[in-house]
Amino acid sequence: MDTTITNNFKTEEYQINMGPQHPATHGVLRLLLTIDGEIIKRVEPDLGYIHRSIEKMCERDSYQQIVHLTDRMDYLSSHINNEAVCLTVENALQLEIPERVKVIRTIIAELTRIASHTLWWGVMGMDVGALTTYFYGFRDREMINDIFEETCGARLTMNYNIPGGLMFDIHPNFVKRTKEFIAHFKTKLPEYDLLLSNNVIFRKRMEGIGILTKEDAISFGASGPVGRASGYSCDVRKHHSYSAYDKVKFNEVLKTEGDTYARYQVRVLEMWESLSIIEQLIDNIPEGDFFAKTNAVIKLPEGEFYQKVETARGELGVYIVSTGTKNPYRMKFRSPGFSNLSLLNHIAVGGKIGDLVATMATLDLVIPDIDR
Amino acid sequence: MGVNNTSEIPADFPGKVIPGGNGANILVTSLDDIINWGRANSLWSLYFGTSCCAIEMMQTGAARHDYSRFGFEVARPSPRQADLIIIAGTIVNKMAPVLRRLYDQMAEPKYVIAMGACAISGGPFFYNSYSVVKGADHVIPVDVYVPGCPPRPEALLEGMLMLQAKIKTESMKNKVFPIDGFDEGL
Amino acid sequence: MTNEALQNLISSWIPELEFTEEKSQFLNITVQPEQLHQLMTQLKSNPDTNFDYLYCLSGVDWGKELGVVYHLESTTHRHQIVVKVKTEDRENPTFDTVCNIWYTAEFHEREVFDFFGIQFNNHPNLKRLFLTEEWDGFPLRKDYVDEINMVIK
Repeated sequence: MDTTITNNFKTEEYQINMGPQHPATHGVLRLLLTIDGEIIKRVEPDLGYIHRSIEKMCERDSYQQIVHLTDRMDYLSSHINNEAVCLTVENALQLEIPERVKVIRTIIAELTRIASHTLWWGVMGMDVGALTTYFYGFRDREMINDIFEETCGARLTMNYNIPGGLMFDIHPNFVKRTKEFIAHFKTKLPEYDLLLSNNVIFRKRMEGIGILTKEDAISFGASGPVGRASGYSCDVRKHHSYSAYDKVKFNEVLKTEGDTYARYQVRVLEMWESLSIIEQLIDNIPEGDFFAKTNAVIKLPEGEFYQKVETARGELGVYIVSTGTKNPYRMKFRSPGFSNLSLLNHIAVGGKIGDLVATMATLDLVIPDIDR
Repeated sequence: MGVNNTSEIPADFPGKVIPGGNGANILVTSLDDIINWGRANSLWSLYFGTSCCAIEMMQTGAARHDYSRFGFEVARPSPRQADLIIIAGTIVNKMAPVLRRLYDQMAEPKYVIAMGACAISGGPFFYNSYSVVKGADHVIPVDVYVPGCPPRPEALLEGMLMLQAKIKTESMKNKVFPIDGFDEGL
Repeated sequence: MTNEALQNLISSWIPELEFTEEKSQFLNITVQPEQLHQLMTQLKSNPDTNFDYLYCLSGVDWGKELGVVYHLESTTHRHQIVVKVKTEDRENPTFDTVCNIWYTAEFHEREVFDFFGIQFNNHPNLKRLFLTEEWDGFPLRKDYVDEINMVIK
């Protein structure tokens, strides 16, 4: 009996929609997949389902009001977005910022980075099928939210920065609670490794897929952990330092394989680096003002200004064209997710749909950041 | 020939007269209680979070403030299996037809909670924006509004409990479908 | 390389460029639309400049003219430069694409087309990105008026 099955069927490609409402797309992103069986031939993203025209709105707002809008763009690193706009305005006005402000901004930025990475880790496990990690990730994030709530007043959209400094001084309990958090988190990060990083099923699902070479990473403009996993050294905190980053010692985590597992490892190791930065700064917050005096109505001099910062996703750029009035003439945000999304077609072709979900989870996209 | 049930009420009778009706009403109201109790205590919501409020909704589902102790056990990805849609985030012109289609795909009885300032009235994006729908209730009828930007998890839980209280006042005899007459204008 | 050395090197390739450093923190080059592609190719391929990282591509409506601003950086030498190109034609503005030089330009140019109406020659897939296909007008231009949706304050 002939048991070989010959494939006499003609296959054809068809288009399927991974629609705007989907649990694995982390927001409202529509992907048009052209697939042949289970193999992906082409991925085309369709954006704009959360386009809130922030850039147009900024042309009629004052600079203090713009800071409030940037919170909602990449809401998981909202403090760092605020810091970007404030730094651009302060550099344009050539204001002298007190040391205390710089150190506090750095500490809160690193706490935000840890909060964003724990949420990413929780949701990453959920995408691949391990639902327990969701609860572990959110448990640690709640502790950071408590610290923010006591000092800044809000859990998610913080608005603690203003051009010139901070809105109010830190709460007296801030230092104590941050130290407790660091001690607690150091015992929990090895748990993350135990649960997920060394799990056989997880590794088999993640290794060897979604490979991105270094030249492609530079050409596509990939930044942040996505770029660093391919060996491209792109950390804005090292190359164009701002705030208090030139005073601390930390390593830039680089891997060379460029696959999904490398991107995962870079983020977990970055959490360790952030903990070490906070530890170096938390005991020596310099005394001084928390605010440098500016006018009530801020008018930037005529010209063009650009500032880069490193958010949890990559490099965020703020470009202001000013004609000397109290509103900007043109405000553009160069968002990290926009460039990271453009390489999805390049790295997902040839893989299966399950691999696409895992790859998208490691790109760590936040769609309002892309759509602005 | 039959029993004349209408009784003469004196003009100066103090208090409110509730007509007795026939005996079947007792059965229907007990059924009402049971059905409403069942509906209110097991509302399964749909995964629909567009922007920042979605993170607070996820926090409400996580370990510290847990909404599954009130019955909202799982969040279903498909609208055909869900009976509550929590609109968490801004609705934009391009997304509005999608939201309407999801609502139409859900089976009766279905409820809507508008969470956050953007879903209630456009929120911080009300002025000077050309693409934001100024309130999700331009698209689908809403039952409960939860204010905040973003609302705290406790606020969202309060909104969900308020919805449960609202469901318990429904009755089978006078069914109301909020979508009737919605497209022609409330 | 310092800004002066860059200016000397680049002006030796194409004569009619304008260089300025005032009102900006980088060296700005203004180039004519016809020489844009040639300048960009040379900026990337020349080993002394080696600008291989295009980190920001923005469209600007300068009032009378429409323009595009490119921010470039080199990952080996770590210097940065700004290239600007403008056109007075508001009905049908067209520039050459730089997608074949830097892959990231593909999405950025679609965004500029969506908001300003600037077309790019030889772009593989030039259609609207954020707004729906039937949207009328180009929102980020200064003369855009939308009575229905916008509540102006």
